[in-house]
Amino acid sequence: MVSRCVSPFFLRQHAMSDIFGIPTQVILGQLLLGLLNGSFYAMLSLGLAVIFGLLGVVNFAHGAFYMLGAYAAWFLWGRFGVNYWVALLLAPLVVGILGVGLERTFLKHLYKIDPLYGLLLTFGLSLIAEGVLRELFGSSGQSYPVPDLLKGALDVGFMILPIYRVWVIVASLSVCFLTWYLIECTRLGANLRAATENPKLVQAFGINVPRMVMLTYGAGVALAAFAGVLSAPIIQVSPLMGSSLVIVVFAVVVIGGMGSILGAILSGLSLGVIEGFTKVLYPEASNIVVFVIMAVVLCWRPSGFFGKD
Amino acid sequence: MFYVSLLIMGLIAPWLGIYPVYLMTLYCYAIFACAFNLMLGYSGMLSFGHAAYFGFSSYITAHLITVYKLSTVVAIFAGMTTSCLLGLVIGFIAIRRSGIYFAMITLALSQLVYFVCLQASFTGGENGIQGVSRGDLLGLVSLKDDLSMYYFVFLVFVMVFLFIQRVVNSPFGQVLKAIRENETRACSLGYFVDRQKLLVFVISSTLAGLAGSLKCVVLGFAALSDVLQATSGEVILMTMLGGAGTFIGPVLGAGIVVTLQDTLSDKVGSWVTVIIGAIFVLCVMAFRKGIAGEVHAFLSRRLEKGAPSENP
Repeated sequence: MVSRCVSPFFLRQHAMSDIFGIPTQVILGQLLLGLLNGSFYAMLSLGLAVIFGLLGVVNFAHGAFYMLGAYAAWFLWGRFGVNYWVALLLAPLVVGILGVGLERTFLKHLYKIDPLYGLLLTFGLSLIAEGVLRELFGSSGQSYPVPDLLKGALDVGFMILPIYRVWVIVASLSVCFLTWYLIECTRLGANLRAATENPKLVQAFGINVPRMVMLTYGAGVALAAFAGVLSAPIIQVSPLMGSSLVIVVFAVVVIGGMGSILGAILSGLSLGVIEGFTKVLYPEASNIVVFVIMAVVLCWRPSGFFGKD
Repeated sequence: MFYVSLLIMGLIAPWLGIYPVYLMTLYCYAIFACAFNLMLGYSGMLSFGHAAYFGFSSYITAHLITVYKLSTVVAIFAGMTTSCLLGLVIGFIAIRRSGIYFAMITLALSQLVYFVCLQASFTGGENGIQGVSRGDLLGLVSLKDDLSMYYFVFLVFVMVFLFIQRVVNSPFGQVLKAIRENETRACSLGYFVDRQKLLVFVISSTLAGLAGSLKCVVLGFAALSDVLQATSGEVILMTMLGGAGTFIGPVLGAGIVVTLQDTLSDKVGSWVTVIIGAIFVLCVMAFRKGIAGEVHAFLSRRLEKGAPSENP
């Protein structure tokens, strides 16, 4: 009789054992967060890898496009009352069009010269984006509401799962898988991969390579913007949200190797999870664990785990 | 002749009414940019994380002066040594890749240094280290006076400038240029390319550390912004704008960027970032040689036109 008066939550926790002296609930919660961060890393490094593969440009502005996606969703909601689901489609479209415009205006001229110039150009563009948005909306974060359908949490017995976070993981993994499928298993993807290896020959076959390049850049940044919309309800929408993220994504890409799509996805996910575990076991190192792993991987395997060169 | 006139101008500048602290900050950033130019302009290596050496050395010097009360020159040397070692470690890891990967690795590792500086106890987190006294120069001359500090910094700047000239115009410098032009060829000629690259990396990071230490003594504080990624971006801009691969270019670029930030920051707020980004874009699209580089190319073309019968 006494046990029935006690809250069932306590009973469950009492039955759980601690791992390394940390409650299992905390570890699983961090695992979820790690998967969440990992899926963002995966989506962003995927876009970066696709853009680098075809354009040879390391898109430093990837973080800025992620940020622009989040701002687009927030702006559409604030000004036009556009709901989350529409924003998920509209924001990446808008940002993708912007990306296409930037590719036509600036990047197109840089393909023949040292790829470092592409990095520097996109760096400059990211500064412009950050500065303009900071001037327009201020540097403190804006909040974006969680859509009604995804509010609340599921109690699955051994832990509490916020529904929105589960949705983010599911959505990003699906998009990653879709992209991978598109590139590896379809005709369009085959053309893309061929153009990466030998653009002139592919163009000789009659395929419009410059247009494909332009659309690839648009698609890559749209992917980043999509990640931005997904993250808007959980992170403060601020002009600086992309700049520190993009550096971690760079490290993820170096670890995974730039050449491989699957490598980008797997490295992103696993590094997110590792970061989550580090936060539990040794919180001070959680910011730097990805960089430390990168340093170690470079000493042991310079082209990354899945790298081709 | 050109350099002699600059030297004279530098010597008399405080008497012309130009604010000495502004000039000293300029010299510090000029040293930073010249050190960076050694790698970018002469060796073709783009390091995206040079602020790590600049800022970390500044922190070490500030800490040694405020907590351990070491003399100024000793503290500056200690800062230089730290950035030398840091450059050795980071360089060793980064040299394994080249080109774009090298840039990304240096970026990531400097971000690591940033987080360490943010969290370490001695750095004071977001506030940095305040109240760094200027002390004196080897017990002879007090540096608290702006004028004597100015001549000390100017002297260091001239020495660094001459040192870099010596390095570039030496056989080692020629090998660096060869590596920049065609690394495989240099390797096939028998040069130990990796060792040379590591050496220039360490020299560059040491001088960047010198710049950071000097700056913290001049201004009296070490700030977290010195290790920020934005500072790395600034030094790249200074070098590119001024002209990578020239001697006077980085100095020019540093002068422009420091002046720009000084005059614009209180007037236009966040637009400074936009302007810097726009200058970056402009430099990459239309102005790759930078100011000094374009002037140099222009003058070379004029000289060629003036003597057409030399090479039929």
